[in-house]
Amino acid sequence: MQALTNRAKPVSRKPMTLVEKLYMWNIAKGMMITLRHLFKKKATISYPEQKRPFSPVFRGLHILNRDEEGRERCTACGLCALACPAEAITMEAAERLPGEENQYREEKYAAKYEINMLRCIFCGLCEEACPKDAVYLSETFAPSNYQRKGFIYGKEDLLIPNPKENPGEYWKAVGNRKANKEQSN
Amino acid sequence: MHSALLAIDVFFVIEKLVLIIAIVSISLGIAMYETYFERKIAAWIQDRRGPNRAGPFGILQPLADGLKLFMKEEIIPNTSNRFLFILGPCLAMLAAMMTSAVIPWGGKINVFGREMNLQIADINIGILYVFGVVSMGVYGIMIGGWASNNKFSLMAALRGASQVISYELPMGLSLIALLMLTGSLKMSEIVGQQIDSWYNVLYQPLGFFIFLVCAFAECNRTPFDLPEAENELNFGYHQEYSSMKLGFYLFAEYINMFISSVVMATLFWGGYDIPFVNDASLAGWGNWLAALQGLALFIKVAIFIFLFMWVRWTIPRFRYDQLMNLGWKGLIPLSLINMIVTAAIVLLKSNGWKF
Repeated sequence: MQALTNRAKPVSRKPMTLVEKLYMWNIAKGMMITLRHLFKKKATISYPEQKRPFSPVFRGLHILNRDEEGRERCTACGLCALACPAEAITMEAAERLPGEENQYREEKYAAKYEINMLRCIFCGLCEEACPKDAVYLSETFAPSNYQRKGFIYGKEDLLIPNPKENPGEYWKAVGNRKANKEQSN
Repeated sequence: MHSALLAIDVFFVIEKLVLIIAIVSISLGIAMYETYFERKIAAWIQDRRGPNRAGPFGILQPLADGLKLFMKEEIIPNTSNRFLFILGPCLAMLAAMMTSAVIPWGGKINVFGREMNLQIADINIGILYVFGVVSMGVYGIMIGGWASNNKFSLMAALRGASQVISYELPMGLSLIALLMLTGSLKMSEIVGQQIDSWYNVLYQPLGFFIFLVCAFAECNRTPFDLPEAENELNFGYHQEYSSMKLGFYLFAEYINMFISSVVMATLFWGGYDIPFVNDASLAGWGNWLAALQGLALFIKVAIFIFLFMWVRWTIPRFRYDQLMNLGWKGLIPLSLINMIVTAAIVLLKSNGWKF
């Protein structure tokens, strides 16, 4: 048979020499290899204490954003749900009542906003689709859960802390990714 | 009756009891931490970190493992022979523990004015006793595998039996060569001779090597762990076992490893002799000398245990025919040659030849 490449090497069928037959030399070589590995630096990191930095393009859990005055940005237009290839987002809209202007930025808001994290593929299309800069992906991932229903994240899980009431938590939730993005814009 | 009771030296009984309890608990403790170091060394060799969650550096891991084994449901298969099924792990454990009785663990110590020997029984057939008990260890495997009433277990038990029998021969032959040099079966005397002159490994390097390989086989350690071949026999002779009965089997393996390391250190590497130091010149140190000697023995043993683990995580398992070939065609002729050459030299020396 014609060889496909010139990289093929013929298998050596020579009978083993005495040294090879004794195996001792080869075993000693193998033991030296394992001994070297014994002292090698381990690639593993001790995870919960020590975390690898996320890459700048990492897309993790969603966050529903607020504006500087702490009002929800989402207007329940449904563009994110439409853009979502995994159909993970559902929402119900409601009309802003008089007196709720300090809670919702637009006249329409999302009364219910759910993302199924088991369906979500973290592609970030919802973030790109959002005209109000209301939904974006953060630098965390969904923690494990015992039940499926634990992975359906409602508004209370997704909404960012209020920047006016709790600025520290707010900036922590904004994270590096969003901050970097705003710098580049 | 009363006079017979009075004739027994009560202190002697107490002394030996204390010694037995100490040695048994030390063996168990060492076996426990062998499991920990086995996992650690396996991990390091495979570029992993190993258990490091239970306690600092994971040193409580053996306790967690033991607790887990205790919590497991104890299952005795319906079709098994109940008596033998329970006897199996007990025998394995018993045989593993019994060997430690004739090992000299250190020199003499002085407790409350009594001279105490750090050896449970200084019998004059020490090595024969070790061999007898070690051969009994295979009954644990055989009975366990047989009583499980499972074809894989039975097959593993057969393998274990034939392996141990095959490798006991070269082991014994290599020891005969050693015994021709020492002229004694008494463990304490073998150690004493090595303290006074060179270690036996210098006179018997080939004998030591054969003994080492056979010790690997006797302990059912890789590359000779055919009775426990996971991929061919599911789990081997302890497949039907669960809970602490399984734990006993696993534990017996580690105790065997410890004991055979001790035997090797005692027979070939000078036992409790402190290397490069003339022990007799330190006699003024009293009990501290005995402690140092014990430490020296334990360091030697630790090196052997490390060797056991190092080999385990380097060399893959033999095929069954390779195992038998190595045993019968490789090691037995080699040890026979070793024996004959040693015998010739001993004979020539005793007839006045100078070397």
